[in-house]
Amino acid sequence: MARTPADLLTLTREGLYCPPGDFHVDPVRPVPRALITHGHADHARAGHGRVLATGETLRIMAVRYGEAFCRTRQEACLGETIRVGEVDVRFAPAGHVLGSAQIVIEAGGTRIVVSGDYKRAPDPTCRPFEVVPCDVFITEATFGLPVFRHPDARDEVRRLLDSVRLFPERTHIVGAYSLGKAQRVMALLREEGFDAPIHLHGALEKLTDLYKREGIPLGETPKVGAADRPKLAGAVVLCPPSAIQDLWSRKFPDPVTAFASGWMRVRARARQKGVELPLVISDHSDWDDLCRTIVETGAGEVWVTHGQEDALVHWCASRGIAARPLHMLGYGDEEAETAQEETAQEQTAQDQTVPGNAA
Amino acid sequence: MNDFAHLLDRLAYEPRRNAKLRLLQDFFARTPDPDRGFALAAMTGALSFREAKPNLIRGLVEARVDPVLFRMSYHYVGDLAETTALIWPSPPPPPPGPGHNNPPPHVPSLAEVVEALGTIGKSDLPARLAAWLDVLDETGRWALIKLITGELRVGVSARLAKTAVASLGGVEADAVEEVWHGLKAPYIPLFAWVEGRAERPESLNPAPFRPPMLSHPVDEETDFAKLDPEAFAAEWKWDGIRVQLVGGRDRAGAQVARIYSRTGEDISGAFPDLAEAVRFSGALDGELLILREGRVQSFNVLQQRLNRKAVTAKLLQDFPAHVRAYDLLALDDEDLRPLPFAERRARLEAFVQSLDQARIDLSPLVPFRGWDELTAARADPAAAGAGPDAEAIEGVMLKRRTSAYVPGRPKGPWWKWKREPYRVDAVMMYAQRGHGKRSSFYSDYTFGVWRESPEGGEELVPVGKAYHGFTDEELAKLDRYVRNHTVKRFGPVREVEYGPARGLVLEIAFEGLQRSTRHKSGVAMRFPRVSRIRWDKPAAEADRIETLQKILERGEREVMPGRGMA
Repeated sequence: MARTPADLLTLTREGLYCPPGDFHVDPVRPVPRALITHGHADHARAGHGRVLATGETLRIMAVRYGEAFCRTRQEACLGETIRVGEVDVRFAPAGHVLGSAQIVIEAGGTRIVVSGDYKRAPDPTCRPFEVVPCDVFITEATFGLPVFRHPDARDEVRRLLDSVRLFPERTHIVGAYSLGKAQRVMALLREEGFDAPIHLHGALEKLTDLYKREGIPLGETPKVGAADRPKLAGAVVLCPPSAIQDLWSRKFPDPVTAFASGWMRVRARARQKGVELPLVISDHSDWDDLCRTIVETGAGEVWVTHGQEDALVHWCASRGIAARPLHMLGYGDEEAETAQEETAQEQTAQDQTVPGNAA
Repeated sequence: MNDFAHLLDRLAYEPRRNAKLRLLQDFFARTPDPDRGFALAAMTGALSFREAKPNLIRGLVEARVDPVLFRMSYHYVGDLAETTALIWPSPPPPPPGPGHNNPPPHVPSLAEVVEALGTIGKSDLPARLAAWLDVLDETGRWALIKLITGELRVGVSARLAKTAVASLGGVEADAVEEVWHGLKAPYIPLFAWVEGRAERPESLNPAPFRPPMLSHPVDEETDFAKLDPEAFAAEWKWDGIRVQLVGGRDRAGAQVARIYSRTGEDISGAFPDLAEAVRFSGALDGELLILREGRVQSFNVLQQRLNRKAVTAKLLQDFPAHVRAYDLLALDDEDLRPLPFAERRARLEAFVQSLDQARIDLSPLVPFRGWDELTAARADPAAAGAGPDAEAIEGVMLKRRTSAYVPGRPKGPWWKWKREPYRVDAVMMYAQRGHGKRSSFYSDYTFGVWRESPEGGEELVPVGKAYHGFTDEELAKLDRYVRNHTVKRFGPVREVEYGPARGLVLEIAFEGLQRSTRHKSGVAMRFPRVSRIRWDKPAAEADRIETLQKILERGEREVMPGRGMA
C-alpha cells in the first residue's frame, strides 16, 4: 500500500511518532517504544519501555542514567534493516557524536530520514555522516542562519595551543559539552601533538572513560582534584561550559577561559559567558552544510525540527523545496544538556554524602 | 586596518579596565604614526568623515545575500556590523593572469581608510566600501563597519584611550586632556611629546575644556551615618544637561566662546543664544536649562530643543537656553580648581553677579542643619526654596566645603542624592531580544496598564518599554518566562500571555511622564526601568491608566501654571 509521509510520521506531544511502526523518535516524555538518534540528554531520555539505538548510544544512556534506563533495549547495527511493526527501519551514521545515527523509516515506497543532530565536518571520535537519498528529510537547524560558518576545528585548536604557548603561567580552562565536544577537543589536541595530560572536571570523567573503552585514544586525562587547582599553571583543563564562570574556575592560577562552541561565532554570545578565547568548534552542521545536505539527499520535502527553523524553511522555499517548521519544543542545543548534566551531578554528590548509599 | 581590527576585537572580549588599558598601551607603543593617531581619533570620537549610514551597509549586503536571510540573521546577532562581517560572501577568485601569479589583494591601512573616507564623494562610497569588505577578513570587516558607522562601542572611553597615550611617557591623563582640544588626528605632536621627543604641544584653544568633577550616589543606609552635615554644602540637582561655559581671547584678541558637554564635546553650535552670552575669560560649570519667564522648564521641554537638528530663530525664541552655574573653574587666566569649594563658591557668587547676564544665573545653596532637614528638602523642593522650579529638580548634591575641584569621580567629596522615582505595577505584554551583549536574551519588555476598553470590558494598553533594572540572574528568569509563555511571534518580538488571570506583573520605576501622540495610551515615560518583578502579584491587580493620568496632570499643573488644570 502506498503511503504518504504524513501516514508514516506525525507530531505528538511526546515528539515524532510513527503510527504504522508504533514508535516514537527521540521522545521528550516516556513512551512504550522509542528509537533514539544519539545520546544527548534532550534526545535520549530515561524511562521508556523499549529502546532501539546504536550500541554506543545505549551504552552512553546506561552511563548517564544507570543500567535501568529502560525496560528492554535492542541494539541497531548501522546499515542493517530492522522490521518494526509495518515499517522498515535502518540506522545510518550522523557524524554528530559517538554512536549518533540518522533513522531511515521506509514503507509503501516512501522514505523518511530523521537525521537527528548531524555534522559534515570531520571528527576523529565518530563515524562520518552518510547521505541517504530520501523523500522527506527531517533536519535540525541549530545553526540555521547564514552567519554561522564554522571554521576548520583544527585551526581553532591550534589557536588554543598558541595561547597555551603564549601564557605558560596561566591555566587554560576550556568549556566543552560533556558528551562529544569534550572528547573531540581532546582528540584534536592529540592530533596536534599535544601530549601533556588533559585535566578533566569531574562532570566529564564518566563519558570520557566510556569513549576510551569504545576504542578512542584520548591519552592521559586525570581528574582535577580540589587541591590540584592552584598547581595547574600552564595546563589545559576541560570542564562543562557552566563551570567556566563558576567559583570552581577561580581557584586556578590566572585562568584563560575558552569555550568550544559554534555559538562562539557571535561576539555577544562569547561576551555573555565571559569568554576570553572563543573557539568556534561545533558538532552541528553550519549553514552551508545544512543547505548542501538538503540538496544532496534529493528530498522533495524538508521538515525542520528545532533551532533557527524560519531561515532554513525560507531558504528551501526559495529553491522550490517544500519545507515546514515543526516548532518542536524540548530540544535545545547542548546547553540544556549541560544543565541536566549538572543536576545529575549534584544528585550524585548528594547521594555520596548519604551513608550506606555508596552502591 | 588589520592591526586596528584585532585591537578592537580583543578589546571587545576584555571586560577588565586594566587589561583594556594594557592592550591599548601595547597597541600605541608598537603601531607607527599615523595609524596609531587615527586609531586614537577613532576611539575618542574625533574623526570626521563621510559616515556610512546603516542603510547603505544594508543595501550592500542585500545586493549579495537574500534580504530575508540577512534580516533574520541581523535579528539574531543584534549588531549590524557583526552580521555583515559574518554573512559577507567571499568574492570569487580573480581569473589567473597569463604567465604569472596574481599579487594578493591590497589590504588598506587605517590611515588609508580614514584619508579615503575624508575625500571620497558620496556616490563613490558604496563601491569603495564593498571593495574593502572583499579584501578584509571577518574581523577587519567588522571593525571597518564599526568605524564608518561611527559606532565603535568596544567599551573604551575617550578617557581610557587618552590615559593609555599618557602612560606611554608617564604623563598624567589630565595633562593630555588639557592639550587635547588644540590637537587633531593623527596627533603626531602629542605622541612626540608623551614619548619625550618634543615639547608640550601649544594649546591653540583659548577656551579649553576642563575634565569635570563627578559625584557618587549616596547610600542612605550607610553613608549618612559616616558623614558630618556641617562639612557639606547642598545644592539642587537640576534635571538638565551638565555643561561647561568657557570664554577666552584668541591671538587677535577676539572673544572666543565654547560650550562643552560633560564629555568634552563642543556643543556651542547648538546653543548660539547661550554662546553669545559668554563674554568673559574663564570657565563656568553648570546646568543647561530652558527658562521661560524666569521659570525652569522640565526636561521634557529641554528635550524638544535637543532633538532638533536645525537651530532656527523660532526654536531659540521658544526654547531659550540658560545656564545655572554651580562652580567657577578658572577666571582671567587664574586656575581656581585647587581652591576649596567654599572659596570657589564665594568667587562664583561674586562673578555671576558681576556678569549681570540674564542667561547665566546662580544655582542656590540649599540651607540645612542636619540630614533630616535635607531629607525633607529633597522630598519637597518646592517648600524648601525651589518654589515653582521644583519639577525640574531631580535631587540634591552634597559638596564637601573643603574639596578642591578634581577631575574624574573621586570618592568622598561630592555626592548625589536623587529623588524617589514614580512607580507603577504594569503587565508584561511583549518581549524583544536585546542588542549587543544581550542579543540572545528577551530583555526588552513592553508593558501595559489596565483601562476600560471601547466594548466596555477591561483591556491592557501598552505604556512603555523597559530594558534594564534587573540583575543578570533575573534576566535569565525573565527570558525563560518569555520563552515559556509565548503566544505569538513577530520576528524578534514575542507576545506573551496576558489577561486578568494570567500574566507577569513588573513594577516599573520612572522619572516622569509626558503626553505623546505616538503612543496608543497617550503617555510616554521617562527612564522607565523594572524596579521589581512581581512574580506574586495577579495581573488583574496591576495599575490602571488613570494612575498615570493623575501623575501627568499633577506634573503639568506644577510646571506650567496657567495651563491645564490649575
